[in-house]
Amino acid sequence: MTDTPLLKLTGIVKQFPGCLANDHVDLTVMPGEIHALLGENGAGKSTLVKIIYGVLRPDEGEILWQGEAVSIANPNHARKLGIGMVFQHFSLFEALTVAENIALGLSDPKDREGLRERIVEISTNYGLPLDPDRAVHDLSVGERQRIEIVRCLLQSPKLLIMDEPTSVLTPQEVEKLFETLRRLASEGCSILYISHKLEEIRALCEKATIMRLGRVVAHCDPRESTARQLAELMIGTELKPPSAMRAGAIEGTPRLEVNRLTLVSDHQFGTSLREISFSVRGGEILGIGGIAGNGQTELMDALSGEVYAGKPQTILIDGVPAGHMGPSQRRSAGASFVPEERNGHGAVSAMTLSENAFLSGHIRHSLARLGLIDHGKTTAFAQEVIKVFDVRTVGPKAEARALSGGNLQKFVIGREVLQKPKVLVVSQPTWGVDAGAAAAIHQAIIELANEGTAVVLISQDLDEIFALCDNIAVIAGGRLSAPKPVSATSVSEIGILMGGISDPVGDSHAA
Amino acid sequence: MDFQYTSFILSVVIASTPLLLAATGELVAERAGVLNLGVEGMMLVGAIAAFAVAVTTGSSTLGILAGVGAGVLTSLIFALLTLSFLSNQVATGLALTIFGTGLSALIGKAYVGMVVARLPQIHIPGLSDIPFFGPVFFGQDVLVYVSFALVAAVYWFLFRTHAGLVLRAVGNSHDAAHAIGFPVIKIRYLAVMFGGGMSGLAGAYMAIAYNTSWSEGMTAGRGWIALALVVFATWRPFWLVVGAYLFGSIMYLSLYIQGFGVHIPSQFISALPYASTVVVLVAISRDRKRIRLNAPASLGKTFHAAG
Repeated sequence: MTDTPLLKLTGIVKQFPGCLANDHVDLTVMPGEIHALLGENGAGKSTLVKIIYGVLRPDEGEILWQGEAVSIANPNHARKLGIGMVFQHFSLFEALTVAENIALGLSDPKDREGLRERIVEISTNYGLPLDPDRAVHDLSVGERQRIEIVRCLLQSPKLLIMDEPTSVLTPQEVEKLFETLRRLASEGCSILYISHKLEEIRALCEKATIMRLGRVVAHCDPRESTARQLAELMIGTELKPPSAMRAGAIEGTPRLEVNRLTLVSDHQFGTSLREISFSVRGGEILGIGGIAGNGQTELMDALSGEVYAGKPQTILIDGVPAGHMGPSQRRSAGASFVPEERNGHGAVSAMTLSENAFLSGHIRHSLARLGLIDHGKTTAFAQEVIKVFDVRTVGPKAEARALSGGNLQKFVIGREVLQKPKVLVVSQPTWGVDAGAAAAIHQAIIELANEGTAVVLISQDLDEIFALCDNIAVIAGGRLSAPKPVSATSVSEIGILMGGISDPVGDSHAA
Repeated sequence: MDFQYTSFILSVVIASTPLLLAATGELVAERAGVLNLGVEGMMLVGAIAAFAVAVTTGSSTLGILAGVGAGVLTSLIFALLTLSFLSNQVATGLALTIFGTGLSALIGKAYVGMVVARLPQIHIPGLSDIPFFGPVFFGQDVLVYVSFALVAAVYWFLFRTHAGLVLRAVGNSHDAAHAIGFPVIKIRYLAVMFGGGMSGLAGAYMAIAYNTSWSEGMTAGRGWIALALVVFATWRPFWLVVGAYLFGSIMYLSLYIQGFGVHIPSQFISALPYASTVVVLVAISRDRKRIRLNAPASLGKTFHAAG
C-alpha cells in the first residue's frame, strides 16, 4: 500500500451557461478503495465524473493521477491511464453484438486480439456470464451492464467509475455485482461508486464524498453513518420522515379490474402478456415488481390505452369497460398514467411545462374552450403543479428538457396527481431521481391513495414497493404472479419470483 | 436472337451502374447516420464537371477524376451545414439537390451540343470474343468493374474492419459513440465526402459512358432512385447490386417497350421506374423487423456534443 492517492482532484470548476456545475470540488481516491460519490440530481456528480473520464474539460483546477498532474483530453486518454467507466444510461449500440460493442471500447488494437476468448475468460472469472455473439437488443438490462463492466475489466483498470449501477438489477444481481466489485477492490482496483441508494452505499463503500449544488459538503465513512444522516447531508435539510402512515381505509369495490389480459407484442423484442388478471380497490396500492423487459412496458401500454387491450371487458376502470378505449377516453373515465420514460413519453421535451400540463390535463381540468387553448387556466394549472410539488424551475414557460430528471418527474407526477384520478398507474416513478424528489413523489402517491385512489405502481425498485404498497405481484415473462399482501412476503421470495421461477398465476383472483 | 440478349444485358449494365455507384456512396453516409438527400444534385455537378473536363482535355480519366472531385466538394457544403452548423439534414439535402441542378445547368450552358468520346469498353483478346459470355463478362467499360469492386470493398470495410465498426457505431448511436470517445463529426464528414465522391462518379458515368453529351437534368431522378435503393437494400451492400440491376432493367425495359410500339401511353411506361420505386419501398416497409435490424438508429438526427 502506498500513501499516494490514485486520483486527486483539487479546485475543479466547471461552468455551464447559467449554471455552475462544479464549484471548486476536491476529491481524493486511494488505491483499492470503494469510494461513494453522493448527491442529489443536479449536484454536479455526473459533471465531475465526466471530467475524470475526459468527456468534459474543467475550466479550472488540477487533476493528479498517481501523483502526477494530468490533463485528460478525451475518454481514450482516460482509458489509457487506467480509468474505466460504466454509464448510467449504457453507452451501448443495440444493433451490434456483445463482442463488437466491447471492441468499440478498446482503443488499443492490441487489446482486440483474441477478443472473444478473453471476453469469455474474464466474464466467467468474475461471474459475469456473457455470450460474445448475441446482439445487444436481445439482452436484459442486467446483461447489458455486464458488457460495460467486462469492457472496462479487459483493460485492467486502476479506477472503475460506476454511475448508478444497481437501479436496474434484482436484489440477487446486486449481491453478485457487489461481490465482483469487492473482489476488484481487493485486487487493487479503486471504485468510484455513484448512487442514491443509501443502504447500498453503506453496505459497499468505505468512504463517501457528498456533493450539493456543485460543491463538496461533507466527507464521511458511510459504514458509520445512518442512511438518514447521509440523506440529510445530501439534501441539506432535515429529511421529512416518509409518512408511510397509510391512513385511508381500503374500499370494498375494485376501481381497476384487469381480466385475463393477453396481448401479443408487436415489437420485435417485446414480451407478450399472458392471461394477466388483477384488481385494485380504492385506497389500495398494488406494486408490480419485476426485472426490466418482462412485460412492464407492454402492461403499461395496455393499461394506458396506447395499445388496445382487446375486448372492452378486459379492463374495467371504475366499473366502466375500457379495454377498447384510447388514452383520452380512459382519462375521461377517471384514470391517469405516468409512463416510465419522462422525457419524450411522460412529457414532450421540447415543449414548455404549461404546454405539457395541457396535454394530459385538458380533459379533466377543461383547459380548452371551443377547441382553443385557455392559456390563463393552463398556466395557472402548471403553476399550481410547480408550487405544490416544489418543482425547481424558472416557471411554466421553461422547456421540459431544461429540468433535471427529478424535477421533471415531480412535475409529471404532480400533473397527474392534481387531476385527482380514481385510478393512477405509474411506472418507475423514481428511476434516476434523487432522494429528496423520490421522497416527495412517494409522499404524493401515498396521499393520493389515502384519498381513495386505486394505485398501480410498476417498479423495479423493491425497496420502493415494500415501502409503499399494500399488495405486491411480480411480472416475469409476461405473466403476473398472484398479488400477496406485503406483510406476507419477503424480499428474497419476491426476488425468486422475479427470476421467473413459476408461481401459479392467481386463478382464485381472476375468478 | 443471341445478339439481342447480349445487347439487352449490356444496356441494362450501363443503366444500372450509375445507380449502383451513387447508392453505394449513400449507403456509407447513411450507415454513419447522415441522410443526404442531395444525391441527385451531387450527381449533376459531378456529371457536368466530368463532361467539361473530358471535352476540354480529351481525357476520360481526367473527366472521371473531376467528377469525383466535384461530388466531394458539393458534399462538403452539405457536411459543413449539417454537421458543423447543425442544420436540418432533410431540408439541407433537398436544397443541395436544387443547388446542384441549377449550378450544373448554368455551367452546362456552354457545353450543350458538344460530344465527348465514350468511355471505352475493355477488350481482352480471346476472352472478350467468346460469344455472349465474352462481351458480358469481359467487355464492359472499366467503371462497371469498379462499381462491383467498390461494393465488395464497402462491405469488407463496414463489416470486417474496426474502422467500419466504428462508422456503424456512430450511425447506431452517436451519443454512445461520443461517450466512448469517437470523433463523431469527423467520421461523419468522411462518410459524407465518400458519398459525395461516389455520387460524382455516378454523374461522371452518366456524362461520358451512359451518354456522350450534356443535357440539363440528365440524371433524370436517378439520384432519388439511388436513395430508395439504400432503403430497398436495408443498408446491406450486396443487396444494392440486386436493387440497382432490378431498377436498371426496369429503366431499360421502359425504353425497349416504347421502341416496340406497344400500345400503352408512353407516359405510363416512362413512369414505370419511379412507380416501381414507390411500390417496392412500400413492400419493403412492411417488413419492419428487417428495417429495424439494419437501419442506422441515428439516421438523419442532428448530433450536438454537449459540453
